[in-house]
Amino acid sequence: MNIIKKFSLGVLITLFLSISANADKIKIGTEGAYPPWNSKDASGKLIGFEVELAWTLCRYIGEQCEIVEQDWDGMIPALIMRKFDAIMAGMSITAERQKAISFSQGYADEVASLAVMKGSSLEGIETPAGINLTKPNAAAKKALKTLTAALDGKTVCVQTATIHQNFLDSGDVGKINVRTYKTQDEVNLDLASGRCDAALAAAVAFSDYAEKSGKPVVLVGPTFSGGAFGNGVGVGIRKDDTELLNTFNKAIDKARKNGDISRIATKWFGFDASM
Amino acid sequence: MDFELMINSFPKLLNATLITLKLLSASLFFGLFIGLLFAILRMNKNPLINKFAYCYSYVFRGTPLLVQIFIIYFGLGQIEFLRSTVLWVILKEPYWCAIIAFSLNTGAYTSEILRSAFQTIKPGFIEAGKSLGIPNKIIFYKIQIPIAIKQSLPAYGNEIILMLKGTSLASTVTLMDLTGVAKYIISTTFKPIEVFIVAGGIYLFMTFIIHNAIKFLEKKYSY
Repeated sequence: MNIIKKFSLGVLITLFLSISANADKIKIGTEGAYPPWNSKDASGKLIGFEVELAWTLCRYIGEQCEIVEQDWDGMIPALIMRKFDAIMAGMSITAERQKAISFSQGYADEVASLAVMKGSSLEGIETPAGINLTKPNAAAKKALKTLTAALDGKTVCVQTATIHQNFLDSGDVGKINVRTYKTQDEVNLDLASGRCDAALAAAVAFSDYAEKSGKPVVLVGPTFSGGAFGNGVGVGIRKDDTELLNTFNKAIDKARKNGDISRIATKWFGFDASM
Repeated sequence: MDFELMINSFPKLLNATLITLKLLSASLFFGLFIGLLFAILRMNKNPLINKFAYCYSYVFRGTPLLVQIFIIYFGLGQIEFLRSTVLWVILKEPYWCAIIAFSLNTGAYTSEILRSAFQTIKPGFIEAGKSLGIPNKIIFYKIQIPIAIKQSLPAYGNEIILMLKGTSLASTVTLMDLTGVAKYIISTTFKPIEVFIVAGGIYLFMTFIIHNAIKFLEKKYSY
């Protein structure tokens, strides 16, 4: 009996200590599967632009941080349920997401693009190099029409719960067969296998895949920004956590002023994606 | 609790249940044939044949269904020469890949259920048939199979329920089944508890129906 009592007390104390040890750490959630934003190296360690930026921001905040891995499709629910305190996972600031959580100011922005396999009939579509959907001009509207005609009846693959899925569901490019995947890796696999006629994601996600896999993935059509694609990527924070929101905003200001964000962005993206 | 969301998502989830039921019935249909075939092969006296049947059931019962569906969908999709064959017409579609994986999986379990059912048939029944001069083939179809079905009903009912829940993995290969649509609704509303409660309720209701149907059949066929 005595042993059991001592043992249970020991377990309780350890539990309590581990809880209180974690209490003052800022926990940051990331996906670890969306290179170059965030990914994992061969040993399973989290790496990428946002992982390095998170450590930098924590240094400016002056508090201990911990980076937590979370599947993309449960990211916002996990934040709301307090599994972590902030999201840094290539998450664009959109009106839809702002109904559920707050965002810090944006720290980086990157365009989206369609990708196909070399030799696809979609390879030759003629559109401007880039369109902004916030206030689409005549050229952008024309480009959307060209895309609608080209994508008619085609299967386009995207990662679930992303701005890219929102855009395809919005009807801006007509009614197409949208197929959704849990991770960008799976989108890439099915694009390469030929199950998808095209895929939509951050342009760098495709160039990163093409480079690492050696598969002939090519970007087609215009690059997309604005509108359904949101206003840059920011730190997602619970709505009632205004203090932490201010803390992050200040840290981002400092990191930007010192050139940290553009330095880290250039390192991971190959160009300055900071904002 | 967002009750409005629960009510609003109900019709969408019910609609997706149709896909779940289609996947379940197709897999059970093919799985039953596969199961029966392999149960018979398992009882074959040729060691090569029965070892082959044993290996099939060993592999499919010994690996997770998720792994099987990933190998069939993403794995076979990577083999380049397959894509130029007729097989690709079927393997290209996530729907058929899911049905193939589910059928092979439930087929393995069904073969074990049927095999043990065949083996519990008292030799007296078969001997009685033989002493009446009934041919072996008729004994198999008219005596052994009906008794085996009766014997295997409780275990097979369990397998149907396990398979129903197994179909939720179809959402991992892009199919919009009950779980897939539930996840989609969550991805736009960020409210997992409400949506999963409704989806779980629908699964529970289907289990309730299957459970009672099997119970009814058991009663009907009891000695």
